[in-house]
Amino acid sequence: MEKRVTFKGLWLPLLLVLPQIVITAVFFFYPAGQAIWQSLFIPDPFGLSMKYVGLGNFEYLLGNPYYRASFVTTAIFSILVTVVSMGIALYLAVLADRLIKGSGVYRTLLIWPYAVAPAVAGVLWLFMFNTRVGVVSWYLGLLGYDWNHVLNGEEAMGLVVVASAWGRISYNFLFFLAGLQAIPKSVIEAAAIDGARFWTRFRTIVFPLLSPTTFFLLVVNIVYAFFETFGVIHTITSGGPQQSTTILVYKVYADGFVGQDLGSSAAQSVILLFIVGLLTIVQFKFIERRVHY
Amino acid sequence: MATVKLDSLKKSFGKTEVIHGVDIDIQDGEFIVIVGPSGCGKSTLLRMVAGLETVTSGEVQIDGAVVNEREPMDRDIAMVFQNYALYPHMSVFDNMAYGLKIAGTPKAEIIERVDTAAKLLQLEPYLKRRPRELSGGQRQRVAMGRAIVRKPSVFLFDEPLSNLDAKLRVQMRLEIKQLQRRLGVTSLYVTHDQVEAMTLADRMIVMNGGVADQIGAPLEVYANPATEFVAGFIGSPPTNFVNAGLAEVETPNAAKLGIRPEHLEVVSNGMGRLNATVMYTEALGAETLVHLQLADGTMITSRQAASDPTAAEGSEVGLNWQDRDGMLFDQNGKRC
Repeated sequence: MEKRVTFKGLWLPLLLVLPQIVITAVFFFYPAGQAIWQSLFIPDPFGLSMKYVGLGNFEYLLGNPYYRASFVTTAIFSILVTVVSMGIALYLAVLADRLIKGSGVYRTLLIWPYAVAPAVAGVLWLFMFNTRVGVVSWYLGLLGYDWNHVLNGEEAMGLVVVASAWGRISYNFLFFLAGLQAIPKSVIEAAAIDGARFWTRFRTIVFPLLSPTTFFLLVVNIVYAFFETFGVIHTITSGGPQQSTTILVYKVYADGFVGQDLGSSAAQSVILLFIVGLLTIVQFKFIERRVHY
Repeated sequence: MATVKLDSLKKSFGKTEVIHGVDIDIQDGEFIVIVGPSGCGKSTLLRMVAGLETVTSGEVQIDGAVVNEREPMDRDIAMVFQNYALYPHMSVFDNMAYGLKIAGTPKAEIIERVDTAAKLLQLEPYLKRRPRELSGGQRQRVAMGRAIVRKPSVFLFDEPLSNLDAKLRVQMRLEIKQLQRRLGVTSLYVTHDQVEAMTLADRMIVMNGGVADQIGAPLEVYANPATEFVAGFIGSPPTNFVNAGLAEVETPNAAKLGIRPEHLEVVSNGMGRLNATVMYTEALGAETLVHLQLADGTMITSRQAASDPTAAEGSEVGLNWQDRDGMLFDQNGKRC
């Protein structure tokens, strides 16, 4: 039985949750409300007046080829980040799970990158791939490959994907390892006796049993790629070259704070708000129906 | 169908040797039970036969071939685990068909073999269910089914009944015995329950601290235990041990005299070979257990028919036994 503490009055419990409510209201509800409000207007460049345009900002955005291109860029970027970070994390977790000696050290080292802030990670990778002084680009040059992510949009995309996925591998690794260790050893042994070799076992037993973890990570990673990679992109490419790495979140910033089109920027925020809402619903639905074997 | 041979099989984990050399020749179709207390190495022994643990030294032979280096899937064995180890995301049918599918058996044959096994184990109504929708006994049967559809040459059982309640355990014990008789597959069965060992085994291996203390037919082991440990472990209530001096045993080297409770007769005070005090009695219906204390404080038990008169608790009585029922053990616990 769950033990519940019961409060008699209304004021004490309210007082106890007040800090959280205040924080949520000030930093989440208020800006979100402001964004929705602003998305209905076009302010003049000096911020002295606002003109009501209804859904005009949204209409303009959805008809704008640059905005639609940013959707595609975001899709490519988040799929790549998710696949790369989850794939590598799963591979490392499978290796770590088989390890008996030194698994503690291995695990600790793999968790470190998670402690690096996205912007710092961005700078780190930028240094290595710098077109003039970067170590990696220098070696690539020796091999006859002319690395230049400042001019080449595909290379720029590759670099921001790697930088964003890198820190994420640690996080995914932890969950995958925990998931793998939750699978009873005897089930794997039974499969081995039934004739399944390593790869068959992985495909038919381990991966299906890992699917709750995988699905959870899929949602979390997509959310990450959508919203938390701003720092990486800002430090490495600033959305360029030619908007080839301008994902939706970055475009909110670029259009609003650089381009000074606050109405459009607000409308983009609202669209993102809508997307994150959808993702949250998917996640909650999944968590509630989570399969317990 | 196959023979299994263990040849001075040893196992060490790091520097600790846990199995100190076990030898046995198992005939084709024989039901062997490995019994012993927890930590005696019986499960490790079984897992070495299965290929789930490496062999430190010695040999495991299946059908005459040394399989030390073979992977579990290449040994033609099937194993039933203590926690059943069913594949939780698969239906009962898929659980049983898994091994056949991997072996590339034609679909029609898979269906036929699984259906036959399901019929044998009365699992037909549950073929579409997932393991978590089954009771403990049904899961146990699925685990057995998974083992028999593959028609392996050796069955390995690792305490398959210990997760079941007492009543179900007795029922499943009988089913396992019938099944093994019908299929005639060589079986190795690990348990800590001496009743399971007595009832199931053609021959049993009594393990103690990584050593096979005795190998033999259950009744032979019961009647003629090789060591003090075996005498104490097999049989319930266990064998009584009386100090050789107190029992006035003439044989040199004898340290202890072992007498089974059913061989100990309670007679009136002064009429027996030993005197004892009745501490308490347990009437079990068909029989009565009388717990007695000897002059040196040792507690012993006598088992008598319920129809025999029961001595009052606290009374002084005499104890008698036939010489042929007394088992003598030396200082090291060996028979002498």
